[in-house]
Order: sequence, then C-alpha cells, then structure tokens
Amino acid sequence: MLEDYISLFIRAVFIENLALSFFLGMCTFIAISKKVETAIGLGIAVVVVQVVTVPVNNLLYNFLLKEGSLAWAGLPEMDLSFLGFLTYIGVIAAIVQILEMFLDKYVPALYHALGVFLPLITVNCAILGGSLFMVERDYNFGESVVYGIGGGVGWALAIVALAGIREKLKYSDIPDGLQGLGITFITVGLCSLGFMSFGGMSI
Amino acid sequence: MSKQDAKTVLKRPVFDDNPVVLGMLGICSALAVTTGLEPTIVMCFALTAVCAISNLCIAMVRNHIPSNIRIIVQMTVIASLVIVVDQVLQAFAYDTAKQLSVFVGLIITNCIVMGRAEAFAMSNPPGLSFIDGIGNGLGYSVVLLFVGTIRELFGSGSLFGFEILKLVENDGWYVGNGMMLLPPSAFFIIGGFIWLLREWKTNQVEQKEFKIAHQVNREAHI
Repeated sequence: MLEDYISLFIRAVFIENLALSFFLGMCTFIAISKKVETAIGLGIAVVVVQVVTVPVNNLLYNFLLKEGSLAWAGLPEMDLSFLGFLTYIGVIAAIVQILEMFLDKYVPALYHALGVFLPLITVNCAILGGSLFMVERDYNFGESVVYGIGGGVGWALAIVALAGIREKLKYSDIPDGLQGLGITFITVGLCSLGFMSFGGMSI
Repeated sequence: MSKQDAKTVLKRPVFDDNPVVLGMLGICSALAVTTGLEPTIVMCFALTAVCAISNLCIAMVRNHIPSNIRIIVQMTVIASLVIVVDQVLQAFAYDTAKQLSVFVGLIITNCIVMGRAEAFAMSNPPGLSFIDGIGNGLGYSVVLLFVGTIRELFGSGSLFGFEILKLVENDGWYVGNGMMLLPPSAFFIIGGFIWLLREWKTNQVEQKEFKIAHQVNREAHI
C-alpha cells in the first residue's frame, strides 16, 4: 500500500512532471521564472493549492458527479459528469479565495511572501490539469492526496530549476531574435529532455 | 479603441501581435496537442470557437457586470462554453476527443480566452469582440499548425495520417525522427518559430538586460 503511494509520488514528481512532460502551467511557468526567489514563492503556492484542490475535487467527483454516484440521494441513474469542468474551476477559485483569507488572518508572513501569486493560481492550468488527470485516471481519495502533493512538488521543482538557469542566462550573448522568450523555450526543451531520462525508471 | 475597424482587429493578432509568440499566452495546449495534425486542427477550432463566442457573450453583458466579480463571471461563461465544446467533440469526434484528453478542459484556463475577455470584450461592442476572438484564435492556430505540421511530418512521415515521406518500416527510405513526437521537440520548434518571426518583424525583439561590452585588450594599452 505504502509502496504504491511512494511510486505514485515519484512518478508524479519526475516521470510525469506536470510542467515538463504535460506542458501544464506553461504561461506562468515562463512568465514568472526570471528570479529564483519569486519562483520559489510561486512553487510553494502551487503545492499548497494543489494539495487542497485535488482531494476536494476527488470527493466531489466521487460523491456528486460520477455516474451512479448520487445513489445515496435516491437518484441512481444520474450522471452529472458533464458538469465537471464548471465544478472544478469553481472549487479552485473558491479554495484559492478561502486560502487567501485564511493565510491573511493566521499566517501573515506566508501571505505576504506569496503576494500576488495566490490569486494568479486560479488560472494556472497546472492546478486544473491536476484535477482533470485525477478524474481521468480514476484515483481514489488516498491516491489523489499523494498525486496532489507530487504534482505540485514536481511543478515547483521545474520552475525553480528554470529560474536558476535563467538567472545565469541573462548574462550570455544570445542572437537578437532569440532574446528573451525564444531562448527560454529552448532551455525548457533541454530541461524537459533531461527529465525524460527518468522515463525508464520503474519503482 | 472603438474606432478600430474590423479588418485590423482580425488581422493584427495573427502576426503583428500574436498571442502565443508575444504574449506568452496559451502555450500549454499549443505544445501538448501538436503531435499530429488532426488533434491540432480540432483544438484550433475548439479554441477559436470558445474565444469568439465567449468574447461575444461577455461583450453583450459587459455593462451589467459588477467589476469586482467580473473574473468569476468570465470564468463561468467560458467554462459553460467549454462544456458544450467537449460534449460536441465526444459525440462527433470521439477518438480525437480521447486523444486530446484533458486539454479540451484546459481551454478554460487558457490565458488567451481569459485575456481577450478581460482586455478586449470588457470595453468593446459585441460585433468587434467576436471578430477579435476569431483573430486571436487564428493567431493561435497559425503557431499550432506550424508546430503540428513539422512534428507530424518529420516525426511519423505523414500528414493527417497519410504517408508523405515513406517510412523504412514500409519499405521506404525515411527513418522517422522519434524525438519529434516527444515533448522536448515542441519547445525547440516554438523557440525556433519565435526566432524566425522576430527576424522578420524586428520590432518584436526584446531588449537585452545586459549588453556584452566589446572585449578590451588590456595589455595593448599598457
């Protein structure tokens, strides 16, 4: 049992890295990876939100939306899975909002550290992607918690690594047309190539 | 803003103000669905439709949305449209829908759609917003089709599943480049596309943060 969870975690962090092999959260990934410090802040915020939203969406899916899941309410033939997208994004928006208020009141230090990144996370594809993958692969509650942590950590790892490279990169002599966005893409490509070498691992 | 004519609104996002290349928007799906041309085209249509219709809807109610809940309103409109698109795809193009897997759903968080709703539809009349949505969808499609064509042609020697370069396995001469089908190649191709576009339209080039100074030969001066 524990082994399954560990293997799922490793897979979510390295082999199926949300950013580098599924291209999720690319917009923020590229826009906010100029400094290591901000990248770490954003990375932590993503982990926190991912850990909460994936299990909550899992519960909602299993007890409200899935075909036949409304049997407890006397509606065994109800299939609400088409409402999935609307539900997940609503849950994510709500949880981000609640988390923001909670942190502001009880952990102001973390709140100030995360700053503007927290509201931005609502529209981060990595968060919604995590929930959608969880539904597609039919994880149970325990697995969804582990997948949430793993997916978040993997994404955070990737953005911090990229920010480290970009901090050095700005001193190098790059052709004009490749300056900025172009060279960043190629760097991410190389990172992704590196992460692919984890692909052969089986635990 | 309201003086813009329809033609510029439609054409500008394609090359001059491309949402993917200049705005770094909507990159997630641009990379993930481009292993073959068929899913690419389906994705382009889906995104263009969602972007145009959501712009239209939001522009129609723009004067009635209280500004502090506008993000939620936009998101609800977009999410509902994506549900429609997803159901249509599952009904009429089931195989492609399976191949696109979660990425149809991810149109919701595609920054192009949200970005246009926020930046254009909130301050322009419905007709113009609709055209702007189509224009941005086209700009996105150009990049996707470019990447998709290269990846399918060199990766599996075919276009739309028809064989163009005869593969060695089928007694041909072309050895498929397996890397083109893997994630990293998508990054390289988009990087290259940006490079090409910026060599052509040099005003899009980003300023260097640090200029490399000319090397000075110190010993010569002593």
